Amino acid sequence: MTTNINLPIYATLAVIGILGPIFFPAYTLSIAFLWVMVIMASTWDALGGQMGYNSLGNITFFGIGMYVSAIVQVSFFYEGGVGEYTSAMGSIKPEFTDAEYFIGLFLGILAAGIVGLVISILFSSFMFGLRGPYFAIGSLGLAIAAAEITITIDYVGGPSGILMPLFPGDIEFRSTFFYSICFLLAIASHILLRWLFSTQFGLAANAIRDDEDKAEAMGIQTLSYKRISWGIAAFFMGCTGAVVGNMIGFIDKEVAYPIPTFGIFMVAAALLGGKGTLWGPVLGAIIFHIIKDAAWTLLLGFQWIVLGIILIVNIVYFQQGIMGWLQVKFPERFGIVIDTSTTLVDSQRGDDAR
Amino acid sequence: MWDELQLLFVWAPVINIQLILEGIFVGAIFALSAYGLALVWGVMNIKNLAQGDFVIAGGYMAFWLNSLGLPLPLILPIVLVSMFFYGWLVYLLVIRRILDQDMFVSLLATFGLSLLMQQVINRIFGPEVQTVDMQLPVFDAFDNMVTIPSSKLIALGLAAIIAIAVVLFMKKSRTGQAIRATAQDPRAARVLGINIDRVYAFTFAFNSALCGAAGVLVSIIFVIQPFYGITYSMGSFAIVTAAGLGNLPAVIISAFGIGLFTKYCGFFESALEYAAPVAVLITVLLWRQITMSRNRQAVR
Repeated sequence: MTTNINLPIYATLAVIGILGPIFFPAYTLSIAFLWVMVIMASTWDALGGQMGYNSLGNITFFGIGMYVSAIVQVSFFYEGGVGEYTSAMGSIKPEFTDAEYFIGLFLGILAAGIVGLVISILFSSFMFGLRGPYFAIGSLGLAIAAAEITITIDYVGGPSGILMPLFPGDIEFRSTFFYSICFLLAIASHILLRWLFSTQFGLAANAIRDDEDKAEAMGIQTLSYKRISWGIAAFFMGCTGAVVGNMIGFIDKEVAYPIPTFGIFMVAAALLGGKGTLWGPVLGAIIFHIIKDAAWTLLLGFQWIVLGIILIVNIVYFQQGIMGWLQVKFPERFGIVIDTSTTLVDSQRGDDAR
Repeated sequence: MWDELQLLFVWAPVINIQLILEGIFVGAIFALSAYGLALVWGVMNIKNLAQGDFVIAGGYMAFWLNSLGLPLPLILPIVLVSMFFYGWLVYLLVIRRILDQDMFVSLLATFGLSLLMQQVINRIFGPEVQTVDMQLPVFDAFDNMVTIPSSKLIALGLAAIIAIAVVLFMKKSRTGQAIRATAQDPRAARVLGINIDRVYAFTFAFNSALCGAAGVLVSIIFVIQPFYGITYSMGSFAIVTAAGLGNLPAVIISAFGIGLFTKYCGFFESALEYAAPVAVLITVLLWRQITMSRNRQAVR
């Protein structure tokens, strides 16, 4: 894609991102979740769309990040430690000064990302032997297992969860603050992925998606590429989990491991926008989030039925996604040129680019 | 943990009998739905994540028919036939369009289906836990330490009859032969004059009917709830992954194995009962990975 298309898109997104919460302060947290969805869908696409390793378990790192940040935030300035804090079930309210809270939060988010990264590297040593649907089922099992294991650990509150430290400051500043973090994380993840997939990394990733054995035969270190992609996803999912945990204010199994909601929404959003493209997941996440919020407010009680129908219709009837459809419709806009001397090869490449 | 072990092997070994019986009942139901999953997976390469929800749908159909006052011998055939047609409809609307797609697509599309079915059942019947009470006597043994409701024995017998009927159908009938031929080689089957599309539709509908039958048994001997389907889906996936496709004896053995395993895990820690099939699934995948990497050869 060329810059002259990108500029208006960035301008529009910046306007939504900056002016949205100013003009519609009541919707700040809803727009914050829009950026959360954008992060989730884009980082899912780094492994799922670009590399063909469809993970259903990225939500594992979201939950782990949430719990890690809670542990860091509580234990950093509270002498009793996390065990005492959680066993009191919220009756202990440690007094944090503003500086302590924000340093704790910052360290918590960072630690969440790093722990997610480390755990993804540990998992990748055995998970990437699974291919195709086995990877999808295996990673889904990973997420379910992580959720079940978490509630048996009394140190982090077990099934009753953890109450996050109170935010110092009024409620409007609170939502604006967390909104800004989500927005910045979304920008950071987008810039990182944009740069990464414009280098040779993107070519190698697509080679792995198209034919992993051939890619390996060509000398691509497939395992390390997969590790990097999943590591990026895990890092951002961990950070996002930490922010969302603080945004909601209370974490337990359902909040930390939303497998049937966000775990699937991010895949659905990436597919709706068109997987394997830079802009597809972003566009898909925005549209999906708007539909989701509209369904939640206008069709309350039927929202899940609407979402199920959208998922089926999207996957069964509109699989190439919005970007894929646009690429077929206006190939010249995407730099796909048909060279008559090598027509067969190039037209095949046009098909593969979807 | 130690207390439970002592209870199990020193103080009251009779509890083992109860657990084994419960494991067999669970395993019988798992075997039916896992066989359907293996059939669809093997014949048309569709991984049906909505398997458990077909089971629950059959269960709710039985619950509804029972509340109308119908007896069990009538409920079972009605559920079988209506789930068969429901499966055919789902095939026409959804499955048919994802047949030649990437395998991940079938996972996601059937996940959407599962979401939809759960929620529709939830809208119609509400989220309460239900069961079909057949008013049958309960037997006791070993000084009331082991209870065997006769409904469970009837369910076990029905499961065995259905399983034998399915095996005979697949081996002897022309349709069963066509299904097996299509599983081996769809192109060759088409050349020999088999209508592939009809075979696929029949296979999916047949799977749906099998799940419906399993659901009737679930509603009689256990409880049903709109969101309980995932247990049966994960259990079936674990069984099929452990047993391999198209290996019926292995499917039955691993179904009983997983049934027993979940019941014993549930005895030690009730939360583990739901995690057990997932644990088995991951262990099997890891084990395969290790054995396969041992066989892997590389040119150095």
